[in-house]
Amino acid sequence: MGIRVAGVTKAFAGAAALHDIDLAVRPGELLALLGPSGSGKTTLLRIIAGLVEADRGQVFFGGLDATTLPVQKRQVGFVFQHYALFKHMSVADNIAYGLRVRTRASRPSRAEIRRRTSELLDLVQLSGYESRFPSQLSGGQRQRVALARALAVEPRVLLLDEPFGALDAKVRKDLRAWLRDIHERTGKTTVFVTHDQDEALELADRVAVLNQGRLEQVGSPDDVQDHPATPFVMTFLGQAARFPADIRDGRVLVRGKPVPVAASRSQGSPFQLYCRPWHLKPTAPGQGHQTGTISGVRRLGSMRRIEVLRADGAKLEVEVPLATSLRQGEEIGLEIVDGVLFPES
Amino acid sequence: MSDAIAVHLAPPSPSVPVVTERRWVRRLTIAVALAFLFLFVILPLAVVFVEAFRRGWGGYLAALQEADAQAAIRLTLTVAAISVPANVIFGLAASWAIAKFEFKGKSLLITLIDLPFSVSPVVSGLIYLLLFGAQGLWGSWLMAHGVKVAFALPGIVLATIFVTFPFVARQLIPLMQEQGTAEEEAALTLGASGWRTFLTVTLPNIRWGLLYGVLLCNARAMGEFGAVSVVSGHIRGLTNTIPLHVEILYNEYNFVAAFAVASLLACLALLTLALKSVLEWRHGADLAGGAHR
Repeated sequence: MGIRVAGVTKAFAGAAALHDIDLAVRPGELLALLGPSGSGKTTLLRIIAGLVEADRGQVFFGGLDATTLPVQKRQVGFVFQHYALFKHMSVADNIAYGLRVRTRASRPSRAEIRRRTSELLDLVQLSGYESRFPSQLSGGQRQRVALARALAVEPRVLLLDEPFGALDAKVRKDLRAWLRDIHERTGKTTVFVTHDQDEALELADRVAVLNQGRLEQVGSPDDVQDHPATPFVMTFLGQAARFPADIRDGRVLVRGKPVPVAASRSQGSPFQLYCRPWHLKPTAPGQGHQTGTISGVRRLGSMRRIEVLRADGAKLEVEVPLATSLRQGEEIGLEIVDGVLFPES
Repeated sequence: MSDAIAVHLAPPSPSVPVVTERRWVRRLTIAVALAFLFLFVILPLAVVFVEAFRRGWGGYLAALQEADAQAAIRLTLTVAAISVPANVIFGLAASWAIAKFEFKGKSLLITLIDLPFSVSPVVSGLIYLLLFGAQGLWGSWLMAHGVKVAFALPGIVLATIFVTFPFVARQLIPLMQEQGTAEEEAALTLGASGWRTFLTVTLPNIRWGLLYGVLLCNARAMGEFGAVSVVSGHIRGLTNTIPLHVEILYNEYNFVAAFAVASLLACLALLTLALKSVLEWRHGADLAGGAHR
């Protein structure tokens, strides 16, 4: 079941407001709400869940207008940032809670509840833990119990608030793959909030980037990385160096030298060209678009990153092959081989 | 160099105490504390029981079975049975409102809850008398409608509720604030109604804190003297609670009876203390909030 958010606006005394958000989550999709803290991403998730009321705008689940439905009736599975497990209940009781609180008419039988609980424990790989209490579990295990509890009520959609925020790096990695797997198996439309670009780009089918309560771009991980809609998306998703640029006769020029970037129009200035570390290529000093001194060489996976100090004091990063001969302190030129052009704001 | 550092950083052996006060200083401070405790707590408590049993079990039981003493015990139990539940309801409502919602006047409400702690009980008793007494603000209206508040059970209950109302709320507010609203929100998203959420999530999370508050509230409700003394009118067999009855007996030089009845309050105090210690020992983390998550 898809989710549609139409014209949602929320004003707060303070931060994390939302301005006129339109967003459609496709059925079965795994969508990441990505943004820095205070961008309103958690507020948007809570509005979808019904935990926060929007000032204006509507929320639809499939064809159902859920705007006025109270949180209890929305049938969303919500996983809280710090899990919010019921401390005084065992793992099994936590998972069964949503089924037990149903009205008599719609409540499954005891045996059925037990069957569902053990099925979900299986799904989250926690069989044998049913009588443990949350305080006896590790962070990753609590996270999985929280997910099982949310899935127990057969929610229309699954909403996760910073699902891996409180976990250490190794557990995060494992849980990411696992969440992806669960998503594929259950096929639930899922929205998760994160401030971690890598997490969003690795996990999600599509990424919605939020900044200061506005939706900057919604697109596939490739889309938002290769065709960022705004300078914010460009800089938020990774390292980017900026160069002042002009367009003359349909060609993009940096410091008077052409760069191989398609011009959006034939004339104009000023523009800013944003370059990723792999959009720059080292050349001999004095050549290329930029000269600078190497102030550091680091290894990054199968590549090396060199840090180049420009004459104006700004630093930029360039990606080079692992077997580079470049050394710290060397002066080099940089050639721009690609980039994304934005009009200066 | 590194050797020297290693020597300095070596952990002290268990036999060397980390605290460096001289032995006689420690002994002296402990002795002073114990002497105070003995002089001001244990000795008076012992005196209560010694005096109560001066004429043996027979005298003790006779003093408790006397009609006025029985009436005082019944009245005290009645007052506690009304005022403690009333304050549990008030305390739950106030701490729920304060901990889970933002509203104007919140800090004023918190200050008001503490008021009974800072006002002399005699003054609070007088206020009730001024409001409900025969010459009081609403006195004539109440009289005309045949409602007796001052010098009767309702007045005593009101004064007791006033004096004891911080106990439950004060215990629960920090606890609920600490616990936040995430678990309640989780219950709501799972389809539980507000009332169901309160019963199955909020209440179990605060149960030990609540019990602790009830315990202190009850001890104070049964032992309250000042405020009740003003509004009760000291009518023997009718409006005397245990503390008031003790005073009357003592003023009549009926020492054995006075101490025998007083020993009931002493026993209540000891029982409260014991239960309180058990609670702190078994559920310390739940009382202070946090730590358990």
